[in-house]
Amino acid sequence: VEAAAPTGSGGRSILSRSPLSRVPDQVLQWTLTALAAAILVLIGYFFVRLIGQSSSAISHFGLSFVFGNDWNPSKLIFHGLPLVFGTLVTSAIALLIGVPVAIATALFLIELCPRRIRTPLSILVDLLAAVPSVVYGLWGVFVLAPKLLPVEKWFASTFSFIPWIGGGTTTLYNYFIAGLILAIMILPIVSAIAREVITTVPAELKEGALALGATRWEMIRMAVLPYSRSGITGGAMLGLGRAVGETIAVVLVIGNADVIGKHLFNQGYSLAAVIANEFGEAANTALYKSALFYAGLVLFILTLIVNIIARWFVARGTRGTRAAGHAIPGMAGGGQ
Amino acid sequence: MTTLNTLPQVSPRRRTTDKVMRGLLFAAALLALVPLVLVVYYLLRKGLSTVTGSGFFSSDPNGNFFGNPGGIRSALFGTLEMIALASAIAIPLGIAVALYLTEYGKESRFANVIRYFVDVMTGVPSIVFGLFIYIVLVIAHVGGAFTGWKGAIAVALLMLPIVIRSSEVVLLLVPSSLREAALALGAPRWRVIWRVVLPTSLSGLITGSLLAVARGMGETAPLLFTTAGAFALTANLGAQMNALPIQIYNDIQSPRQAIIDRAWGAGLTLVALVLILNVVARIVSRRSRMA
Repeated sequence: VEAAAPTGSGGRSILSRSPLSRVPDQVLQWTLTALAAAILVLIGYFFVRLIGQSSSAISHFGLSFVFGNDWNPSKLIFHGLPLVFGTLVTSAIALLIGVPVAIATALFLIELCPRRIRTPLSILVDLLAAVPSVVYGLWGVFVLAPKLLPVEKWFASTFSFIPWIGGGTTTLYNYFIAGLILAIMILPIVSAIAREVITTVPAELKEGALALGATRWEMIRMAVLPYSRSGITGGAMLGLGRAVGETIAVVLVIGNADVIGKHLFNQGYSLAAVIANEFGEAANTALYKSALFYAGLVLFILTLIVNIIARWFVARGTRGTRAAGHAIPGMAGGGQ
Repeated sequence: MTTLNTLPQVSPRRRTTDKVMRGLLFAAALLALVPLVLVVYYLLRKGLSTVTGSGFFSSDPNGNFFGNPGGIRSALFGTLEMIALASAIAIPLGIAVALYLTEYGKESRFANVIRYFVDVMTGVPSIVFGLFIYIVLVIAHVGGAFTGWKGAIAVALLMLPIVIRSSEVVLLLVPSSLREAALALGAPRWRVIWRVVLPTSLSGLITGSLLAVARGMGETAPLLFTTAGAFALTANLGAQMNALPIQIYNDIQSPRQAIIDRAWGAGLTLVALVLILNVVARIVSRRSRMA
């Protein structure tokens, strides 16, 4: 890898300089390059160690860790489909609720909002990303979950004919509450990317649409959205990555039941939640602990895949602009 | 001037659609603000009386089953100590890597590989960073099992990609004419970086770093398996340490109302710290904006 290191352009004005005076320059260049390379080494090292720690669970359970439906620590059986299922369902709910609101917010801020309130409003939306996830968990446990319980019960009984959504018993903590909190948490991320992408839509396109007699909405639908589709998709994928990896807010409101919930409003589990919740219990059982590392490994690979696809979309959506994915408030991706 | 009148009118149906859709977009923007307002409202309503209560900032949680559960002193100081160490690691390192990317690596293949992996790092869930440090430092029992400095390193790992990416953006904003002028005057490259590039982008670097600090401060998951929490106040980063997010996380699961109240108070404190950092970061960046 080091072979590709660049030479820079250090020797531009060395007319009257002794070779010795260039030493600090070269030291600096090699130090900085080494630091950058150290990051690659570090990621690789962590990955290998994580695989190493999960190896006994991998050899015991293989892929049935992901596809088998029986999480039973007391019998040392770790088939984690209920966890994978919970992760996927809550993330899907987060996307269904969060992404449309995020895109609409971005469209409003860039295309419709009066200039004077655009900046303060954008800052407020960005601040959603600044709230720590444990605080969302706190709020979810003591406010959101109890307040929404009657609404959920009404919804479940009214729409009981819809399979998996209606009917059955509604628990205080459930997939839906977890998904809703995740939706709030990914909203600022998706919205920031969408805003960034929408600002890159060329003015000629929008003016052209308006000149042809399009209304504002038609301009948005026919000029803005098609142009920014790829970038917005990437933003949504980054939000998905965040939702998949989020731990603390989810572990507090998903109910932590290690079976697949029968309904949307039943309690469940997620890959990240199981690690946070059972790590203490697993401390003295090697295989149990290894299974939790395996869950971490699956989570790591899952977020990696989602993020790689997301980056590809965002890069395609912001062709030419260097800043792809930089606008994420407070940080960039990375679930808790 | 009469041309306007000769244009065909927009049909009522299209006009209604336009109005409805604009209204929906506006409603969505308002909806997006609802959670923030609600979270802040409940933090104030449920946390304010605890925060202003006596001993909240001056006593440690005591773990007693009855009576006064104690305050958040050890958690507050633990968070400040750990975030200070994490910042001392992540900010210089992050700016150094960003300097490599903008001043030396530029568009070379190696630099792009680094950029790519830094982006990948931003997507790694923070609990996985906690697992990494647990495997490398806690299992290996480097200087004790659970310690404050291990928590700080886990948080630093999480802050690192944020610092790198935000620093790279502001370093790129330094006009190359400035660099070239300094080089033409005979300055060696390290002095150009030290005397021209860094001072010019200073406020931007501070903004990015402050946002990373704000982010790192609220993280719970990486601390769970690295510093594990404690009750007592300690200045020793080599011992188990309390932190605001950990204490909130534990307090939420308590059956006692007094402890749940303390969670709200601690939550209010944490959000206040994070918001202050965000506001300061914005002020710094506004003041700096290169004209």
